Amino acid sequence: MMEKMIFGRYVPADSVIHKMDPRSKLIIIFLFVCIVFIANNAITYGALVVYTFLMLGLSKVPMRFVFGGLKLVFILILFTFLLHIFLTKEGPVIFELGWFKVYEEGLRQGIFISLRFFLLILMTSILTLTTTPIAITDGLETLLGPLKKVKFPVHELALMMSIALRFIPTLMQETDKIMKAQTARGVDFTSGPVKDRVKAVIPLLIPLFVSSFKRAEELATAMEARGYRGGEGRTRYRQLSWGLTDTMMILLLAALTVLLIVFRT
Amino acid sequence: MDISLKNVEYRYQVDTPFERLAIKDVSIDIPAGTFLAIIGHTGSGKSTVLQHLNALLKPTGGEVVLGDKVITADKKQKNLKEVRQRVGIVFQFPEHQLFEETVEKDICFGPMNFGVSEKEAKIRAREAIAHVGLSEEILEKSPFDLSGGQMRRVAIAGVLAMNPDVIVLDEPTAGLDPRGRKEIMDMFSDLHKQRKLSTILVTHSMEDASRYADKIVIMHSGQVYRTGTPLEIFSNPEELIKMGLDVPEVVKFQQKLERAFQRKFSKTCLTIEEITEEISSFLKRGDVQ
Ligand SMILES: Nc1ncnc2c1ncn2[C@@H]1O[C@H](COP(=O)(O)OP(=O)(O)OP(=O)(O)O)[C@@H](O)[C@H]1O
Ligand SMILES: [Mg+2]
Repeated sequence: MMEKMIFGRYVPADSVIHKMDPRSKLIIIFLFVCIVFIANNAITYGALVVYTFLMLGLSKVPMRFVFGGLKLVFILILFTFLLHIFLTKEGPVIFELGWFKVYEEGLRQGIFISLRFFLLILMTSILTLTTTPIAITDGLETLLGPLKKVKFPVHELALMMSIALRFIPTLMQETDKIMKAQTARGVDFTSGPVKDRVKAVIPLLIPLFVSSFKRAEELATAMEARGYRGGEGRTRYRQLSWGLTDTMMILLLAALTVLLIVFRT
Repeated sequence: MDISLKNVEYRYQVDTPFERLAIKDVSIDIPAGTFLAIIGHTGSGKSTVLQHLNALLKPTGGEVVLGDKVITADKKQKNLKEVRQRVGIVFQFPEHQLFEETVEKDICFGPMNFGVSEKEAKIRAREAIAHVGLSEEILEKSPFDLSGGQMRRVAIAGVLAMNPDVIVLDEPTAGLDPRGRKEIMDMFSDLHKQRKLSTILVTHSMEDASRYADKIVIMHSGQVYRTGTPLEIFSNPEELIKMGLDVPEVVKFQQKLERAFQRKFSKTCLTIEEITEEISSFLKRGDVQ
């Protein structure tokens, strides 16, 4: 069950998106998160959808894999959608069944907000699927570099992030392993009454915590043993390089922004 | 409980870019009471095979017969609990599964999941802890205060306390000291003899494989490369060495001796006792100067 998770997973491939500079990808994601909120009608949302799927297509990550991995997210989105349908009571009634009424505004908001949510998740997934954690960190550190002047701990933040990203798959593997070990000892994680299933989480979480803490400690020791002393004066093995594609991609996003502003109502 | 694998295939992460064929066309028969050793390089699929033995993994092809249960790719299986009780697995580095406040509770955890009463479970815990060579005082301690080797033993005790008919061991002695290894292996061997437990052992130690097993399976890149008794397997050491696998020290010694004296012994010896006998009979006959 853990196998299908896509969070924090990097899928190597030879694509335009993979080759982009992590800085441009981060800038694009950041701007995208902002401009998503400009959209407010069918045309503008349509443009966002087209753009997102274009990016997904360019990334060459198999769609089936991406959507398979987002199953859990779909449930959340469906939940958001239903909340809007039930709770928004504005505009004309478009559907009625006994006491249950669906209002036009509810449907509209439900669709748009779920869509917004979906696009945001998809875009950030494209980022993590096509960029190694190290690259993301390097990019972030460079982009936030100016903040060092005001004593903002940029390097530490970037390091924390990359460690977190790096260990997501490890944690998944570990979870899978411990689940199997406890299943072999008679724990049933997948069926049975809810009460039992909640109880089944304890034999999973405790070993997971224990090994995470142990791993953190070992990692810290290993880093210190190899002379890590924070970001001060640290040189870099991988150099970032901004290419033509990066500029083009930024321009494409700018064009999308203009389009959104023009067509919003 | 008889176990048999028929043309089993398993793919990890089906339908993702990471899909990977781990084992294919694996057929192994394990009648009740067998001591089977599985050897092979790292990554050859040994652990994957083991996980089929109590339905933790469902084959993506072929079938796994566990007693009267048949497990295939498309059949939904219910009630695997019984199988899981009868087949106890000691995973690679089982100490990671400990979680209770005390060792005793942790050992009782398995049996109680399978419906054994607390009183009975505690009796079993006492038995099991003695089996793995720890003293009863340890029962009151927290499992996290133990040394690595002690944790390993507690984890093994936790599986023994389930009273399985089949015990599956994935490198149970990896990382233990030589004496600990021998103690643990002798204990499994005794259990196998006394209780007629089927035992399936994955190991990198050719010594253990030749000393304890009735039957050896060699895995190579996801397939069964060869099956046979220890004698059959090790009487052709060149082949194993060519594959990059080790052979028991005794066999190596015999090979060197034979080469040095340009003579063949009458049989392949697997134990020190056997080879001592061979050599002394050679010497007595005065064949060798
Ligand atoms: N969860 C997983 N996802 C993807 N591939 C896996 C997974 N687990 C194992 N594999 C792959 O399946 C193959 C067989 O792995 P397996 O763990 O069975 O090997 P093994 O013989 O037990 O090795 P070792 O001696 O190192 O324990 C390996 O090539 C491994 O990369
Ligand atoms: Mg293994």
